[in-house]
Amino acid sequence: MPKQYTRNSKDTVNVLFCGIGGQGVLTASEILSDAALLEGYHVKKSEVHGMAQRGGSVESHVRFGRQVFSPLIPYGQADFLVSFFKEEHDRMTGFLTNKGIDLIKGLSIALDSVVDKRYVNIFILGLLSRYLILKEDNWIRAIERAVSSKYSEENKKIFIKARSDEYDLG
Amino acid sequence: MVDSQKTKVVLLSGDEAIAQGAFEEGVRVAASYPGTPASEILEYLAQFQEVDSQWSVNEKVAFEIGLSASIAGGRSLFASKHVGINVAMDPLMTSSYTGVNAGFIIVSCDDPGIHSSQNEQDNRLIAKIAKIPLLEPSSPSEARSFAAIGFDISESFDTPVMIRLTTRIAHTKENISVGTRKEIPKRDFKIDIPKYVMVPRNAYQRHILLENRITKLKKLSDTSPLNKIELNSRKIGFITSSVSYLYVKEMYPDASIFKIGFSFPLPDNKIRKFSQSVKELFVIEELEPYLEEHVRMLGVKCKAKHSSFRIGELRPEYIKDIVNEKEKKEDKVATRKPVMCPGCPHRAVFWALKKLKLIVTGDIGCYTLGALAPINSLHTCLCMGSSITFFEGFKRVLDKQVVGVIGDSTFVHTGIPGLINLSYNQMKGLVIILDNGTTAMTGNQPHPATGLTIKGNKTKRLNLEELCKSCGADNVSVVNPHQVKELEESIKKSLSLDALSVIIARAPCMLLTKDKDQAPSVDKSKCKKCYICLSLDCPALKKCEDGSVEINEALCSGCNLCIEVCNAKAIYKK
Repeated sequence: MPKQYTRNSKDTVNVLFCGIGGQGVLTASEILSDAALLEGYHVKKSEVHGMAQRGGSVESHVRFGRQVFSPLIPYGQADFLVSFFKEEHDRMTGFLTNKGIDLIKGLSIALDSVVDKRYVNIFILGLLSRYLILKEDNWIRAIERAVSSKYSEENKKIFIKARSDEYDLG
Repeated sequence: MVDSQKTKVVLLSGDEAIAQGAFEEGVRVAASYPGTPASEILEYLAQFQEVDSQWSVNEKVAFEIGLSASIAGGRSLFASKHVGINVAMDPLMTSSYTGVNAGFIIVSCDDPGIHSSQNEQDNRLIAKIAKIPLLEPSSPSEARSFAAIGFDISESFDTPVMIRLTTRIAHTKENISVGTRKEIPKRDFKIDIPKYVMVPRNAYQRHILLENRITKLKKLSDTSPLNKIELNSRKIGFITSSVSYLYVKEMYPDASIFKIGFSFPLPDNKIRKFSQSVKELFVIEELEPYLEEHVRMLGVKCKAKHSSFRIGELRPEYIKDIVNEKEKKEDKVATRKPVMCPGCPHRAVFWALKKLKLIVTGDIGCYTLGALAPINSLHTCLCMGSSITFFEGFKRVLDKQVVGVIGDSTFVHTGIPGLINLSYNQMKGLVIILDNGTTAMTGNQPHPATGLTIKGNKTKRLNLEELCKSCGADNVSVVNPHQVKELEESIKKSLSLDALSVIIARAPCMLLTKDKDQAPSVDKSKCKKCYICLSLDCPALKKCEDGSVEINEALCSGCNLCIEVCNAKAIYKK
């Protein structure tokens, strides 16, 4: 497991998701937000949909902490950049803080490891979960609440695999 | 009081939160027409049996349903995107004269940044011109609580109340504690002709009452806790509202802030008082200089954003630029353009229109994407319903072949009067209704021609063929756009006739149908690399590094359009 990402408890954790419509960007950010909510944090998740289903750019800002003000992560203050599409990633790197963690390597690991591409999003979320102090139970509950029961077991399995296996995230 | 046993905390968007707030406050009737970013308000309310909710034909209809339900004695809500308010302007402007009976809330969801609209008008100015009190929540949790305050003001002052969200608030999710519904009894309806019949004499008297009401509301605005002074460092102070408040809090946590939540009429005394308590005063707001102009009118010295920041959405990091009196630097990085889905029936129609080199007056919906490269086959789009009327204006001047193209939901919304006008004013030519059986762009909501209500119940289905005939179309034909050759012939035939023709291009939206057919294959030996197939802009077709074309089977819906357009017959089905 990589070192867990610890911060002063009064700080806000900022996770920026990006990708294109149809990749499950919004489902992934929904699961993180719900897990943070279950953990007792104040959460704000902001995104613009409308064009999302038609292959356009999608970005979702998730912030959680004791009290969150702006729904948007200020430029240069993202702690994590979680990308589902390389070109979108390249556009968003400026959002990261100096010490921010870029999970772009996780995208290629996911694309290599996941056979059914519908589960790439949950795999990458599993990789992200290794850095965050959110209880596994809350992640699992959040997954169950976000995906239909038909796909719930497979999602949980892939999430746990990505969360637990040894991957070199660089 | 909310029963704490039944309270649970969930993530709700601003849209859902305001709907939840209205539900808890006993809203009985809710009406809207789908439009991003407002659609989720009615979708959320539709889940409750206690709320009589509907997709109306258009926003004027929805507004009148909401207002009249309130006059008849039940709390009601009308929700709309900012430009939908324009469609409802006629009843809206006089609703401040009649006033209400039970509470009536107008939710306007503005779209700074034009994420999914045709303009970025600032509807705070509409509240002002209509003389309707305006509340501006900054977050989903405020949106929920402002619903209760809105109903209270509406009933106490006998006025509609506008609550303005923006896309950023409407589509942000936050922890919301969900409570139970209060039972608010219906109010009696009393016949009151001077109040509810707006003929000149009555309207004049109501205008006197309206001006008195505004004077009283001004006093309320000055004392309302929604207009809250947060005194901190006196060095710098901000007057701000809506989501801009949160950006200021984020970037200047130690500054003094006057947060305006009740923004028409504005709290003049409090503005003056606040201005005297800080050394330097900034006004921070999105879009129009609504607060700024008012503050300056009071003779209060302030600084505000450069006019370049009137364009687009604010972002937290812009606040420092505004304070430093900089101009806005436009972001040069292009975002990825949206495209029609694989198998979208609109693609076939635009293929045919492009081939026939027609001028196309378009409308609002997924098919507006027909204007984007490489299709480039939709040449005008202004507002809902404007395709048919633009078709007529073009026909009266332009010496070229013109076709009007409109979606099924948009046709029902405001297209019908244009079609009647064509017939009445003796116009000939062709209008195509793209009937995919849904309001697709806003999230696949039903409409009258689908035969389903907002709650998914069966209802009378509007028959578009019969409707078009009644409007005066000489020929009405129904064509499956996936049969692209037949469609092309049908268009050519209609254009050759001295008649008013309507073609209904009918095939279901690919987001609704589960019917996927086998994906075709590419015979690389036959492919002449002309790339005519790629001009369809289908996400399932890709040019490989060796120059050949490949079909992504996971994305392909098997619609066969690429087979139809390939002259070399290199695309085939096994």
